[in-house]
Amino acid sequence: MNSIEINNLSLNFGDVKVLKDLNLSVNKGEFLVLLGASGCGKSTLLNCIAGLLEINDGQIYINNQNVTWFEPSERGIGMVFQSYALYPQMSVKGNLSFSLKNAKLSKDEIEKRVKHASEILQIESLLDRKPAALSGGQRQRVAIGRALVRDVEVFLFDEPLSNLDAKLRTELRVEIKRLHQKLDNTMIYVTHDQIEAMTLADRIAIMRDGLIQQLDTPKIIYSNPVNKYVAGFIGSPGMNFLKGKILQDGKPIFKLEGGWCESPDLSNYKFQETIKVEKEVWLGIRPESVVVGGEAENMPVNFNLEIEVFEPMGADTLVWSQIGGQEFRFMVDVNTSINVGGTLTVGFDPAHASIFDLESEERL
Amino acid sequence: MTNSQNNSSVVDPRGPKPRKIMSRRNIILYGTLLVVAIYYLIPLYVMIVTSLKGMPEIRLGNIFSPPVEVTFEPWIKAWAQACTGLNCDGLSRGFWNSVKITIPSVFVSIAIASINGYALANWRFKGANLFFTILIFGAFIPYQIMIYPLVILLRDLGIYTKLPGLILIHSIFGMPILTLLFRNYFTTIPEELFKAARVDGAKFWGIYFRVMMPMSLPIFVVAIIMQVTGIWNDFLFGVIYTKPDTYPMTVQLNNIVNSVQGVKEYNVNMAATLLTGLVPLTVYFVSGKLFVKGITAGAVKG
Ligand SMILES: Nc1ncnc2c1ncn2[C@@H]1O[C@H](COP(=O)(O)OP(=O)(O)OP(=O)(O)O)[C@@H](O)[C@H]1O
Ligand SMILES: [Mg+2]
Repeated sequence: MNSIEINNLSLNFGDVKVLKDLNLSVNKGEFLVLLGASGCGKSTLLNCIAGLLEINDGQIYINNQNVTWFEPSERGIGMVFQSYALYPQMSVKGNLSFSLKNAKLSKDEIEKRVKHASEILQIESLLDRKPAALSGGQRQRVAIGRALVRDVEVFLFDEPLSNLDAKLRTELRVEIKRLHQKLDNTMIYVTHDQIEAMTLADRIAIMRDGLIQQLDTPKIIYSNPVNKYVAGFIGSPGMNFLKGKILQDGKPIFKLEGGWCESPDLSNYKFQETIKVEKEVWLGIRPESVVVGGEAENMPVNFNLEIEVFEPMGADTLVWSQIGGQEFRFMVDVNTSINVGGTLTVGFDPAHASIFDLESEERL
Repeated sequence: MTNSQNNSSVVDPRGPKPRKIMSRRNIILYGTLLVVAIYYLIPLYVMIVTSLKGMPEIRLGNIFSPPVEVTFEPWIKAWAQACTGLNCDGLSRGFWNSVKITIPSVFVSIAIASINGYALANWRFKGANLFFTILIFGAFIPYQIMIYPLVILLRDLGIYTKLPGLILIHSIFGMPILTLLFRNYFTTIPEELFKAARVDGAKFWGIYFRVMMPMSLPIFVVAIIMQVTGIWNDFLFGVIYTKPDTYPMTVQLNNIVNSVQGVKEYNVNMAATLLTGLVPLTVYFVSGKLFVKGITAGAVKG
């Protein structure tokens, strides 16, 4: 059963088409993350679902009910904003009960729900304070509580953690995950932090210029990105892209533009279509899937590289190098001895690489 | 080594930097401020001392000298006995007229303008931009153009020369600038707050009264001060749209001060003027702090 179903949604701001014929369905109880660069229309989509923006075309169903023309409060959604958006002149309790008073619930029921929500979020001791007297993390908790008391089917989060410092962000991230496991609501969560996306999501929707590029589990998006944009967007440090051609030599091989002694054998790679000879492509290799030293010898492809720059990042070190004039980055263990100008033996398995059309940038 | 010797002969700088109190900058700064303050305070001083003197003392001509014999007679006369035309009940009638004009006008104009501003800032209804343009345009039309048409309008409504007529006039003329003021203030309130209230099920009025208004106290204070002083001090509309019975205080003051019959009673005139100015003055004193706060509120976030 679908909790949310969006059909052919379009939204323009004046002449600017922000969302173009967008389709999306979210399962009941699913945690869906909308991920994308700034300005790609994530917040706009969320606001459309919430009913805070008038759409130009399309339909929105929540719980199998067509809510396209419904007021935000009638849609059965709760929303948490980036700026917390707490009512500054009301106490925490006032903030939590505002929606319930608007819905004309009985005093006892309001009391009960506020108590329940504040217990879950551990803000019972803060109920009489004003938002100004709360820390950032506490404020965001109250903001979540405001959605929680309404007892709704769908939670919408618009970058709820991006105003918090790094440590608090990880803490609250886990809390949100716990909350989801406990409540089993459908959640749509906007972020441009890919770690948040990977850790929280059942499925991720990668958005670009108002279109959903790929909608899948974090694992598949990471290992089988549908195009070069998605491949480059997910993963940190970003994927290496080597430009070259596919040649046929009994088996498909990759020939790097600019020349390289290696010509990796691609017969293990699962092509989605038959490739015509001399097709120009990008060969994408994740820095994490490159191995060095003795392990590299066991890889189908291995070769020596000169180290140009290296960046220690704690457990790993990111090494910058070049293959035939094209940039190539990979990770080594922090204990590997490396020095600028030295060489390392590195290797990878083409079966775990991604190959994209040079022109269309679609996965091959 | 010479360096360290040099250092030891001078005091090693530490802590707050010493300041010269009588520096040239300070003398010029405080000197100018003093002159300006005196410039503004002297007329007030003259008015107060004159209003406390009897006529014989005033005829001596020393306007700066303090009263030898303090008398409140001129104040009482100005309030309760001074004559304007046929009426001889002093300024008190004008005072109460002004109160009856100011309170409803301030209330009506602020209530309507704040709701207008809120609707313009938050509910982007169809034609909002056109409405806003017309409003801005309205703020710049010279009053003089509208005086006569409004006389006709009020006459047709049957409230020309009556208090409700003047109240209506003040409410209308306050509208453009007040709406602008409120709209600009409401646009500085984060939009997400408004969205949150909508998700929470508050409607047009609920959001206005429960979310927007409590956050906008400073701007309401600014608007109240602007309107109270503006309407209280108004002379032009008072003269045109009322008659002697309904004259506001300013018009009555003018008639007392400019009356051509009898001797000029300077002490009574001064007392009358001070009485008239007392209301705006009190408003400023009471709300001075809030006023400054309100003007800058919203300039910076947080
Ligand atoms: N009120 C508006 N009027 C005109 N254009 C707008 C308006 N709001 C947003 N846009 C445009 O719509 C596009 C999408 O905006 P949106 O806020 O959805 O981006 P986003 O994906 O949430 O970005 P971010 O990660 O920075 O929050 C942007 O290009 C933005 O400039
Ligand atoms: Mg956004």
